[in-house]
Amino acid sequence: MMVAIKDLPLDEKILKGHAACPGCPITIALRIALKALGEKTMLVIPASCSAVVQALYPKTAFNVPTLNIAFEASAAAASGVSSALKALEKEDVLPVVWAGDGGSYDIGLQALSGALERGTDFIYVCYNNQMYSNTGIQRSGATPYGAWTTTTWKGKEEHQKELAEIVMAHHIPYVATATIAYPTDLYEKMKKAKEMKGPRYIEILAPCPPGWRFDMSKTVEMSRLAVETGAWVLYEMVDGKMEFTGYSKRLLAGKKRKPIKDWLKMQGRFRHLTEEDIEEIKKEIDAKWDYYMKIYGGNEDGK
Amino acid sequence: MIVIDTGNHIAALAAKMAKPHVIAAYPITPQTTIVERLAQYVENGEMDAEFIRVESEHSAMAACIGAASVGARTFTATSSHGLLLMHEMLHWAGLARLPIVMVNVNRALGPGWNIWSDLNDSLSQRDTGWIQFYASSVQEAYDNIIQAYKIAENEEVMLPAMICYDGFILSHTSMPAEIPEQHEVDKFLPEYKPAWKMDVEKPATHGNIVPPEYYIQIRYDMHLAMERAKKIIQEVGEEFGRKFGREYGLIHEYRCDDADYVMVTMSSIAAEGRVAVDRLREKGEKVGLVNLRTFRPFPREMLKYDKMIVIDRDISPGLGGVVYNEIRGNGSEVYGFMAGLGGMDVSYKDIERMYELAKQGKEGLYPLEVK
Ligand SMILES: Cc1ncc(C[n+]2csc(CCOP(=O)(O)OP(=O)(O)O)c2C)c(N)n1
Ligand code: SF4
Repeated sequence: MMVAIKDLPLDEKILKGHAACPGCPITIALRIALKALGEKTMLVIPASCSAVVQALYPKTAFNVPTLNIAFEASAAAASGVSSALKALEKEDVLPVVWAGDGGSYDIGLQALSGALERGTDFIYVCYNNQMYSNTGIQRSGATPYGAWTTTTWKGKEEHQKELAEIVMAHHIPYVATATIAYPTDLYEKMKKAKEMKGPRYIEILAPCPPGWRFDMSKTVEMSRLAVETGAWVLYEMVDGKMEFTGYSKRLLAGKKRKPIKDWLKMQGRFRHLTEEDIEEIKKEIDAKWDYYMKIYGGNEDGK
Repeated sequence: MIVIDTGNHIAALAAKMAKPHVIAAYPITPQTTIVERLAQYVENGEMDAEFIRVESEHSAMAACIGAASVGARTFTATSSHGLLLMHEMLHWAGLARLPIVMVNVNRALGPGWNIWSDLNDSLSQRDTGWIQFYASSVQEAYDNIIQAYKIAENEEVMLPAMICYDGFILSHTSMPAEIPEQHEVDKFLPEYKPAWKMDVEKPATHGNIVPPEYYIQIRYDMHLAMERAKKIIQEVGEEFGRKFGREYGLIHEYRCDDADYVMVTMSSIAAEGRVAVDRLREKGEKVGLVNLRTFRPFPREMLKYDKMIVIDRDISPGLGGVVYNEIRGNGSEVYGFMAGLGGMDVSYKDIERMYELAKQGKEGLYPLEVK
């Protein structure tokens, strides 16, 4: 049964006084995630905005044990946490990595792959704001084609890679995507992941107002439109079985995607795009959906 | 019980007897046989530990940090390029004050590839906040590992510790070592009671952003802990002596009492040096030898001899021998030699020659600059 927003636990694990920008998607996502994960959670956080969002020592806004670790090392450190919990007979506690796309797609990919392949008992969450925001908006392997960043001033020339698909190639029990505009979808996926064993991967699209150049009041809208235009896709793969969820499931069932232009024009990072650039992005999204239709479509519930 | 085996197998045995909860390690020559042996111990049930077969040394150290943060006793081992790949995480372990214990089997750095002994790998980790022990025999390697846990985990210390010994010369050479009974080791090294750990009952954040006024304090505390470690190393070494008959301190003096010249070195060169001292003494030369057991903390105040001859198996390009330069300027007359780089053999005869050269006021890279 679908959980309703009013049913989410009232207990807050993100305390007042965090250091995120107004409209930050990280705190929105982590707030929901921790409602699902509960107090028997240990966070492992690499260098990223999340390291800052906690607030400065000696204070913290995260009310679960949190281990900060070097940029590329979160999955490996979580492996250690996981093994230690096992050795010390505390297997009711769950290590959860909370890493950005830079720490996951790029510098931390090796450690992530290693931890997945070893069957590490943990959840790895990549909140994907499609660039390195902590160091001031540089491109990452998750930055989409055409996006302005401070290392791609004229727009990124390459397309982003699909980390979730790389993760799927490790044949782990659970791979899911989510985004903050659909908190119950995110909550349910976290909850489902929590009940499983072994490596679990959840990637959350996290629109970042300063990085994407939009007004801080529009984070949720930006997240929703990413799904409605098909730029971001909601699904979960349980033991290799793919299922689209929420709005993406309706798109797979034949509902028409909103024009990608609507999403692009809301973001300053795409302001400079030419019609050809927009066409290039449209082509990429069309191709992605054609592929999904071919592999997973043709089934009314998008299964 | 006397066991005759290679340095690496004896080290693996020491690690097993210290009962770590978590091991995370990656193979590299000449350390590999430690990891292999530990994997075997765990697989056949001789050892009750979680073994994480990581995909790199960087991850090995990150995993040890994760495990130690939850309160586990941890072990890893590496060499050379593996140690260098860990460098960032070595600082992390030091600053996080986690008593991780690691063996580093000393090996030269590439390019070109060279698998033989050289201390530049571990000496270039000088400022990471790790205690560094150097062994001159397989027995010392065993004893250092057991003691390292007790020292690192001491609440006055809480620093990671690295046990170093020469690749091949010790790692792959079978030598006899006296191995105590497990119950004796258990008594000497009780269960680890962490000073801090991650705990869901007491949520806290570790390692978030630290402003300068706290950071300077953290660094200072680390420095003080390293200073306090001198006393603890001494005490633990004496206790070890009482229990097992082999006493240890920060340095080991050999025939230094009336010596005009004292040779200073570490690792297996010290063993060869003691042979050289005996031969020189027979010829009437008043010479002794000091083996540095610890490089960090550095026992500078204990090295008060009028004339010293330092033999480094390392080089700091643009400065010279690393140990030599740590000692120089202490008021003594100090001569420095660099020798044995990349595993070049340093025999007692070479050491006798360096002694002769020092007496003539010569020093430098042996045998290229002086011979
Ligand atoms: C080894 C290393 N290289 C570079 C950095 C600098 N750095 C810190 S955070 C960061 C970017 C983080 O990006 P991402 O993972 O996407 O997280 P976000 O900041 O977007 O939350 C970089 C480059 C670092 N801390 N460590
Ligand atoms: S830069 Fe973006 S991701 Fe980082 S704290 Fe600000 S809003 Fe959040």
